[in-house]
Amino acid sequence: MNIEVRQADVHSNSKLKIVDVDIHPKSSVEDLKPYLSQRWWDHLVTYGARQRQGYSKGFPYPKMQPMASRRDSWPPDGGLPASNLAFMKQQFLDAYPIEYAIMNPLSPTGQGDQNSDFSAAMAYAANEFQLEGWHNQDSRLLASVVVPFEDAEATKVEVKRRAGDKRFAHVLLKTRTNDLLGKKQYWPVYEAAIEAGLPIGIHVFGTSGRPASSTGWPSFYIEDMTEHASCCQAQVASLVLEGVFDRYPELKIVMIEAGFGWMPSLGWRMDKNWKKLKDEVPHLKKAPSEYMREHIWVSTQPMEETETPEHLLDTMKWIGFDKIMFSSDYPHWDFDDPFLALPPSLDEATRNKIFCENARSLYRLS
Amino acid sequence: MASHVVAAVDEIPPGRRKLVEVAGRNIVVFNLGGDFFALNNRCPHRGGSLAHGITTALVESTVPGEYRCSRAGEMVKCPWHGWEFDIRTGKSWCDPSRLRVRQYTVTVKEGRELVEGPYKAESFPVRVENNYVVVEA
Repeated sequence: MNIEVRQADVHSNSKLKIVDVDIHPKSSVEDLKPYLSQRWWDHLVTYGARQRQGYSKGFPYPKMQPMASRRDSWPPDGGLPASNLAFMKQQFLDAYPIEYAIMNPLSPTGQGDQNSDFSAAMAYAANEFQLEGWHNQDSRLLASVVVPFEDAEATKVEVKRRAGDKRFAHVLLKTRTNDLLGKKQYWPVYEAAIEAGLPIGIHVFGTSGRPASSTGWPSFYIEDMTEHASCCQAQVASLVLEGVFDRYPELKIVMIEAGFGWMPSLGWRMDKNWKKLKDEVPHLKKAPSEYMREHIWVSTQPMEETETPEHLLDTMKWIGFDKIMFSSDYPHWDFDDPFLALPPSLDEATRNKIFCENARSLYRLS
Repeated sequence: MASHVVAAVDEIPPGRRKLVEVAGRNIVVFNLGGDFFALNNRCPHRGGSLAHGITTALVESTVPGEYRCSRAGEMVKCPWHGWEFDIRTGKSWCDPSRLRVRQYTVTVKEGRELVEGPYKAESFPVRVENNYVVVEA
């Protein structure tokens, strides 16, 4: 029954190269052990993580598929999806023309932990393991600087440690932070990223204790998945309207795994309100949508699937074809297949931008 | 279009499936309580392999808070994005009139019929005393 459906060498003649800006290799707490001090390892095994979310353990509802992963992504020799490099190569890295894939580890990373020193220790360990466990085994896998983003000082230390290391692509935050990301408490995070020459990647989810919705905890996973859009809108509005981009003109933000259909409507609404309420935010030098177009990049997955194909193209055009980067989300269940995800009507030059050139340029990949 | 012997009946017990390659196509053959159905293995949404999907029941509801399950094991759920298809018809749960998986005709034949031909069974020997699953593709 296990016929290999996609042969690994099928696409070797393809000229297409892909930089995938969002994949999720899985590590275990044992993987992180060598990079944790005895003090923090003891803490981890004795007290465990203290994440603040709707339920004390696990998620409020099952995530569609076990480990939120493609059912065909469990390595045949055992272990969790994307925990085994050989199988990940066979199913993903070698099955598609992947030039680079950016790892955005989700757990265990300590992000969002209530104990900020523990959060910082875990972030350090998660970064070390991305290098030792993944990048050094396959140099196509680029790391993210996992940071304890609720603690700006600790974040600065971790970003500084990774500055100049080309194995790291961006500084990783989550969308559900304790406070809106435009607030001053997060500004040192942006300063550190700019000093290190790194963009900020903001991946959906997070265990701050905030739901994705702005009002309350949803009943269904489908609401959670949908409300990533409104959550991202709130974060981007905060970054723009607080004047973060005026203060940090070099700041580059990548919104990851949120799709992008929410971008134009946010721009329209902010611009409309700004025309009337300009004097409330006199630090803004131009229309809010202009900041979005200059400073915000988006990853494609989960791609919008509009009834009318032109609506998707219009949305992409509004954002800018130079700001959209392909992502697959491997091995998660809502994986986008590189060969099927993009609208077929895009011309080759535009496809190349989305598949690799935009990411090469943003992340300075050669 | 030719007839292909893809499995001995015993190889696919009720509730199980087998992925086969027939004339260059990947086809998944399901056994629902003794009835065989063959679907193209490629999900029409974004290409996931249906042979790797779980099977579920048909879940329906007339009002929020009430639901009923029927036809246990007769819907296959794509292992990627979870699109569900009726194994008996190939029709999708969410958009049955427009979106369906291609179906192939399946029959069960006795070994002694097959030995006489003109069937294709390159991959395994056909025994007169057994029954076989035959896919038209």
